[in-house]
Amino acid sequence: MTAHAENINYLKTTRGLKSWLTTVDHKRIGLMYLASILVFFITGGLYAMLFRLELWSPEKNFLTPDQYNNFFTLHGVIMVFLVVVPGIPGALGNFVLPLQIGAKDLAFPKLNLTSLYLYWIGAALAIISLFAGHADSGWTFYAPYSLSKNPAVLWMLTAAFILGFSSILTGLNFIVTIHKMRAPGMTWFRMPLFIWALYATAIMQVFATPVLGITLILLLVENFFHIGIFDPALGGDPILMQHFFWFYSHPAVYIIVVPGFGIASELISAFSKREIFGYKFIAYSSVAITIIGFLVWGHHMFVAGQSEVADTIFSFLTFFTAIPSAIKVFNWTTTLYKGSISLQTPMLYGLQILFNFTIGGLTGIILAILSVDIHLHDTYFVVSHFHYVAMGTTMIAFIGGVHYWWPKMTGKMFNEFWGRLASILVFIGFNTTFFVQLIMGSQGSPRRYYHYLKEFQIYHQISTTGILILATGLFMALINLLLSLRGPSNAPQNPWGARTLEWEVAETPPVLFNFKETPVVTHGPYEFATEKS
Amino acid sequence: MDTTKSFWLPEKASTFADAVDFGFNLYYWISVFFFVLIVFLMAWFVVRYIRRRPDQLASAQITHNTLLETTWTAIPLLIVMGLFVLGMKGYWNMRVAPSNAMQIDVTGRKWAWSFDYPKEGISNDTLVVPVHQPIRLRMTSVDVIHSFFIPAFRTKADVIPGRYHSLWFEATKTGVFQVFCTQYCGTNHSYMWTAVKVVTAEEYAAWLEAASDPSKGKTPEEFGEILYSKKGCVACHSVDGSVGIGPTWKGIWGTEVPLEGGGEAIVNEAYAKQSMMEPASQVVKGFQPIMPPFQGVLSDKEVDALTAYIRSLK
Amino acid sequence: MSTATAGSLQEHEVAHHFEDLEQEFESHRFGMWLFMASEIMMFGALLTGGLFLLYLHPDAFAQGRAHLDWRLGALNTFFLLTSGFTMARAAAFAQKAEQGKVRTNLLLSLALAAGFLVVKCIEYKAKFHHGLLPGNAFHGAGFTSPHAHIFFGYYFVTTGLHALHVLVGMGLMIWCLKVSNRVRFTRAYYTPVEMAGIYWALVDLVWIFLFPLLYLVG
Repeated sequence: MTAHAENINYLKTTRGLKSWLTTVDHKRIGLMYLASILVFFITGGLYAMLFRLELWSPEKNFLTPDQYNNFFTLHGVIMVFLVVVPGIPGALGNFVLPLQIGAKDLAFPKLNLTSLYLYWIGAALAIISLFAGHADSGWTFYAPYSLSKNPAVLWMLTAAFILGFSSILTGLNFIVTIHKMRAPGMTWFRMPLFIWALYATAIMQVFATPVLGITLILLLVENFFHIGIFDPALGGDPILMQHFFWFYSHPAVYIIVVPGFGIASELISAFSKREIFGYKFIAYSSVAITIIGFLVWGHHMFVAGQSEVADTIFSFLTFFTAIPSAIKVFNWTTTLYKGSISLQTPMLYGLQILFNFTIGGLTGIILAILSVDIHLHDTYFVVSHFHYVAMGTTMIAFIGGVHYWWPKMTGKMFNEFWGRLASILVFIGFNTTFFVQLIMGSQGSPRRYYHYLKEFQIYHQISTTGILILATGLFMALINLLLSLRGPSNAPQNPWGARTLEWEVAETPPVLFNFKETPVVTHGPYEFATEKS
Repeated sequence: MDTTKSFWLPEKASTFADAVDFGFNLYYWISVFFFVLIVFLMAWFVVRYIRRRPDQLASAQITHNTLLETTWTAIPLLIVMGLFVLGMKGYWNMRVAPSNAMQIDVTGRKWAWSFDYPKEGISNDTLVVPVHQPIRLRMTSVDVIHSFFIPAFRTKADVIPGRYHSLWFEATKTGVFQVFCTQYCGTNHSYMWTAVKVVTAEEYAAWLEAASDPSKGKTPEEFGEILYSKKGCVACHSVDGSVGIGPTWKGIWGTEVPLEGGGEAIVNEAYAKQSMMEPASQVVKGFQPIMPPFQGVLSDKEVDALTAYIRSLK
Repeated sequence: MSTATAGSLQEHEVAHHFEDLEQEFESHRFGMWLFMASEIMMFGALLTGGLFLLYLHPDAFAQGRAHLDWRLGALNTFFLLTSGFTMARAAAFAQKAEQGKVRTNLLLSLALAAGFLVVKCIEYKAKFHHGLLPGNAFHGAGFTSPHAHIFFGYYFVTTGLHALHVLVGMGLMIWCLKVSNRVRFTRAYYTPVEMAGIYWALVDLVWIFLFPLLYLVG
């Protein structure tokens, strides 16, 4: 490749489908992740809309119980394994990470492409499952229910296994890149907080996902050969399966949410033109969440029959996760103080993260109070708490991040008016959908219910109305972004006035190897100037 | 004691309910405080420090404040440690049954509950218990994991195949309270409901008397109809002709039905009994062999009553 | 396989996105260690599960173990540990740029790994012959524990997964042999042998835990 080709826009270096499918450029791989994740986000969302419409009244509207069970399973599996877990690292992390630390690419570009292909293979297997019958195990695959040799569940298990592999390889790639590929002057404490968040996430991906892998292998083997490790009918222990599953799936919640925290830090700082308050506290709190996240899986099993002593220890440890989360919320709020706050579209999402995560975090702490959790466990309260975190924090951060980095990725500016309107609709829609679920849950309405008590109908109807508003907002945001591609508005190099490398040094869109020459970092990621008084 | 439902919580009817609700409400107001604080500060800062000119810079760059940060690390830490102790105390109370608790055995199956009173030899589909008497439920499942949840009692425990798991409660008032299955268990998970009927000691004694012979004063058809809902047949077999998970019972008596794997069978006493005891042996064509066997669950008298009931459904 | 003369070997080229050879080597080695950590978590979970099953059904493990030949297990332990030593030698010679000795040691390791698999096949064959199979396929005679099938289910899952790793390790050795025909190893560039060596150390390590759990304890 000539020096000339290296210095042109990465979107224009080569053309054609093949050049994309064989690329090892992290930016193109990021964009392909972005497109794939959006497709599955829409698919998973449509399933959610369908079953929420079914729940308009307690009796049958248009879905049978089996279809309903199938739809919430598909919603869960698609959203967890194909959207929120790979979402921010795969799409935004891939694109932004090397740019933010001043590297030419990730440490292992081919491995990165392999991760993407594994993601696609996993997705294809999940799609096969749709045609192999009704997968109805829930995304949690609890034994012995998942041991019924349902072919659709078997395809789903295989899909989740492959997706786990993809996740491990992405995490590994990120850790090595962050350790070994930083530009001169990019010290650990000059790294943007998004990088710290991706780093913490990657550690969990590498260390927790293999346990999911072995769990899924054992479930598959159990289905085919009945080896009796999890199946109580053969002398196995179904609770052991839950321990294995949550050993991954609790850290997975942090794999889901920590990158969202990273984006919140970027957005709130950039649009307040303020040095982030308590940089080190936020950076360390990401790492702290990682470590604590490995020790609290048992809080998913407070009613499952593990020993009372175990329950007590897990409850105790779980409360410690509240501290780093609280620190982040206070620090973001304080960052706004004396800033120069601009309410552009990405910032509207940034503020929503702060609002939603405050609710998501607070509703999490109550679930750690043992006696209260016994009542709330497996009710809509938990469903709502989880969605305040996974949707209200992570997906809102994802959408905010996509808006924030959209000019860098595509070289185009989107329409601000429609962007802001969409963001407001998303805010209203999301909170309408999920806040009532907290009330319904604490009133005792169990989750995964096709048929429910008449007294819960009003909550269901409010929730279903909310999802329609939410969907309107999301489609508006998507169309607004897509229209900008054909639009006339070319993005300047640094439209938001941010101080991180990808905006300050890299061109918009970046050149093939990101920087024309290796950048030398001389200041922190959020060193904004102050108005002279 | 105020036992009516509130905006957030359902009716209270057990000795734990006050402790659980106290924890919930205490924490609720703590979170309202923090939520309002954060949202208020956020809104205030946004209004106060909004960017008025495009080139406006921040009026100060405050990077950290150790005292402030230590404070908001320490205060939440103290609060959550208090909550931990509160939750732990309530929880151990919920897990350790008093020694005078009366034991009832609970069995979960797709998709019905059954309650066995071991001393009296009674089996029933709703849980009938005397008020102000500690009750210990010894629970197990015959198929997948279920979970036994009584919102009004604020208690819940998973019901697991291959082992016993127990919970206890003491009801504080009489009435009928909803029971849900809260661990997803398949097609009719959301229909796996029953009720706890809390009665006075005298009513309980009278009920025991009547329940020890449920067929007393009833025709076999009437008794069969009771068994139909009590033993969970209702979950899969309709009596109005609609097709469920299993074939409908309406008009099936005396007909010739095609079987899975070829052959036919006439629905008579022998076939009905065979289908209850070993359901997988002669499955009607078009249906899955998923019915659990009732061998050892139904007595001869009950089989006869159910048969009579099926025969009566013309 | 042609034995290339020292003169016909190429120098390794640093990939475009690395600054220098050292950064490239460090990155690859670090990445491999992370992957090993991930593998250890997977096998660690599997072994923890095994210990739990041992605790649940000690009689099943005791009776199952009686049907495993610890001498064959010990022979395989010897094969793996020796091959671990020859792999370490291969990496050491690669650093000294002694291409021929690298190849000799790789071939030795490959032979020992193959020996391991041959012994494993002999053991599997005996299990099949006696019906000592997982789950429903189990029809072994002379067991009083109703859960003996769990031991053999666990035995096949763990040793099968381990054998799969042995196969992958052998693939890596063959890849190293191929590279050694093409590229000159130096003190700064011996990445392939180092990576295969790290991977092989994991295969050894897992076996060191599996051997006592399956053959000796219980």
